[in-house]
Amino acid sequence: MTRIRFQQSLEDLKENLLVMAGLAEQAIQRAIEAYRVRDLSICDLVSRSEIAINRMERDIDQAALDLLAMEQPMAIDLRFILSVIKINADLERVGDAAKSISDRVRLMERMPSVELPVDIPRMASLAEDMVRKSLQSFIEADAELARGVLTMDDAVDQMNRSAFKALTKVMEEQSHQAPQALNALMICRSLERVGDHATNIAEDVIFWVQGADVRHHKSVAAGNSAEVNKTPASAAPAQD
Amino acid sequence: MAEARGRNEFALRTRLRDIGDHTATFLAILSTILVILPLIAIFVYLVLKGASSLNLAFFTQIPKPVGESGGGMANAIIGSVTLLAMASLFGVPVGIGAGVYLAEFGRGTKLANAIRFTADVLNGVPSIVMGLAAYALIVVPQHHFSALSGGVALGIMMIPTICRTTEEMLLMVPHSVREAALGLGVPNWRSVISITVRTASPGIITGCMLAFARVAGETAPLLFTALGNDFWSTNLNNPIAALPLQIYVYALSPYDDWHRLAWAGSLVLIVLIVLAVSLVRYVTSRGVLKGAS
Amino acid sequence: MGVGIEVTNLNAWYGTNHTLQDITLNIPANHATALIGPSGCGKSTFVRCLNRMHETNPVARVTGTVRIGDLDIYEGTTPVEIRRRVGMVFQRPNPFPTMSIYDNVAAGLKLNGYRNRRTLDEIVEKSLKNSALWDEVKDDLKKKSGASLSGGQQQRLCIARALAVDPEVLLMDEPASALDPVSTSKIEDLIFQLKSQYTIVIVTHNMQQAARVAEKTGFFLNGRMVEFDSTHKIFTNPSDKRTEDYITGRFG
Repeated sequence: MTRIRFQQSLEDLKENLLVMAGLAEQAIQRAIEAYRVRDLSICDLVSRSEIAINRMERDIDQAALDLLAMEQPMAIDLRFILSVIKINADLERVGDAAKSISDRVRLMERMPSVELPVDIPRMASLAEDMVRKSLQSFIEADAELARGVLTMDDAVDQMNRSAFKALTKVMEEQSHQAPQALNALMICRSLERVGDHATNIAEDVIFWVQGADVRHHKSVAAGNSAEVNKTPASAAPAQD
Repeated sequence: MAEARGRNEFALRTRLRDIGDHTATFLAILSTILVILPLIAIFVYLVLKGASSLNLAFFTQIPKPVGESGGGMANAIIGSVTLLAMASLFGVPVGIGAGVYLAEFGRGTKLANAIRFTADVLNGVPSIVMGLAAYALIVVPQHHFSALSGGVALGIMMIPTICRTTEEMLLMVPHSVREAALGLGVPNWRSVISITVRTASPGIITGCMLAFARVAGETAPLLFTALGNDFWSTNLNNPIAALPLQIYVYALSPYDDWHRLAWAGSLVLIVLIVLAVSLVRYVTSRGVLKGAS
Repeated sequence: MGVGIEVTNLNAWYGTNHTLQDITLNIPANHATALIGPSGCGKSTFVRCLNRMHETNPVARVTGTVRIGDLDIYEGTTPVEIRRRVGMVFQRPNPFPTMSIYDNVAAGLKLNGYRNRRTLDEIVEKSLKNSALWDEVKDDLKKKSGASLSGGQQQRLCIARALAVDPEVLLMDEPASALDPVSTSKIEDLIFQLKSQYTIVIVTHNMQQAARVAEKTGFFLNGRMVEFDSTHKIFTNPSDKRTEDYITGRFG
């Protein structure tokens, strides 16, 4: 096999991305744990890991740029590097979401604790599951596993919508609980975003492995006849 | 310690190499001088011996009868020019044609091998034998000596040199040039003539001049063919005078007058050859670069 | 205007060496098509079969059909005729060394009997303009010899020479492999412009070059054509694993 150095560089890139992914996953877990037990020291951990995540995002982008410029990658190598760059951005956003959640927790800690009609830990575990599965599909280059992630997003969106309804009802009817309800709503929204990022990661894995661009499939599946703008390969990726 | 010894060894070897280099250069220059020296010596000697006898009469008059002084070699000069022109007219096209065949059309064929072999053998045939052959083939059936037979004899002698040189020069034309011509949709024969031969022409012309210079001074073949003539001759079917022949006859004669003429004739012969070669070089060097626009 | 080339079941032998095996493909008109593959895969042989140049080798043999436009080049015509419709530019620039720039460009016409001075002047100028060399040589057309130009200029001169006979197809066998990057870029820009008037087939070792200039690309391996598709597909998501291995540099 030729281009051994290049293959090694690709492996290194993958490894670095996975390290960053680990940090992002951990950040979300910690943020939700902080919500559950209202422990501010955990919030501090989340803030610090966000700094590390941002730094890694810059490093990985730089490494990817170098590979593109120096090695003229083609076909699957090119798709791989492209998807690394995109997953990189999504992971950084996941880190941001974790920090956003932990900021909300800090605010809520100063307020009296109330019972709210939302099951944030359950929503969080769904979102975390999506992230884990999408990263697993990346590690194993498994497009089928990635496709599975795409369908999980609906459940998270559904939970977000119900939380929205329930929490707005609380804010209208029990206005003294409005601050807590509002913060909880923001946390739900962050979790929904995490789900979206996991979906993006899964789509990028499919692009890398199969060369199929399956983004925005929801708008197509929703039957928007005016918006049939799928790329040639997305309809039946198995043909490639 | 070892390092110092190593350095000394290296310095010594370098020194030896330099000495070897200088020695080789010196020997090369010496060899060149040794080669040019005889040429210069001959030329200088000829000038010393013959220049004094050069006068207008030498170039305009035919030999005077024995006993009378004066006279010239005008007829021999014209005769040589005539013979060489005939030889070239015969030898150059045939030689080049054979060379073109060997290089371009007949590569690998048995006929080509036979032609090449024949040319090499012909090259080695002594010039007097060539003269005898021409005698047997032309003079005897015609029952008389003639300029024609002399021209043919000299022409045949030119062929092997021209043929082999042409073949070598054509083979040196890079294949890429031929391909370029063929790729343009030029037929093979046209490509050979207009491209390959033209590219090789400087070398081919050199070959022709080598052959020309060689036969310009040949005496033996003319002994039995052109024979020599003390008078003007315009009919190609008659014997004709030639410089080398005339020089030969005069040099062997017992007369001082004729000896002087022989020296002058030798000088003129050399000068004529040099002039002819220079003229050809000049004409072709201008022609080749300008192209046929 | 260019024409398309239809190749059906082309097989080629050099002596006993079966150099090309069952090649079938359609080269579209007025496009540039690139042929890539490792050394010895047969792509140069293939291209030489398109203008019957392989026949200059006495032990070459061919079966199958090649149609240029509606003409079967092996049955309906002579090699000389075909080469006037299908021009060729070689790997190493090969201008005629004894001729001036003008004569080089006009060579294809002059050697085939065209003599009209004014027509030749026009054609020489047009060809040199088409090959982006006119501005650099217009003052020295008859004074400079073809061999006195730089490598990149010589290659453009050879392109002008090929264009002067007004072919419909232009075959280029690694035209930029002996040139520096700037000259290479000039040649590539040229190919881009020439596409609209001619059908271009370019053999190249340089995949990035194929990606830059050609709409379609064919991948040759061991005398067979493994994959022939749009350049975009070949270089982003090829169908055949062998193609992918080659273009990602895993072998070859």
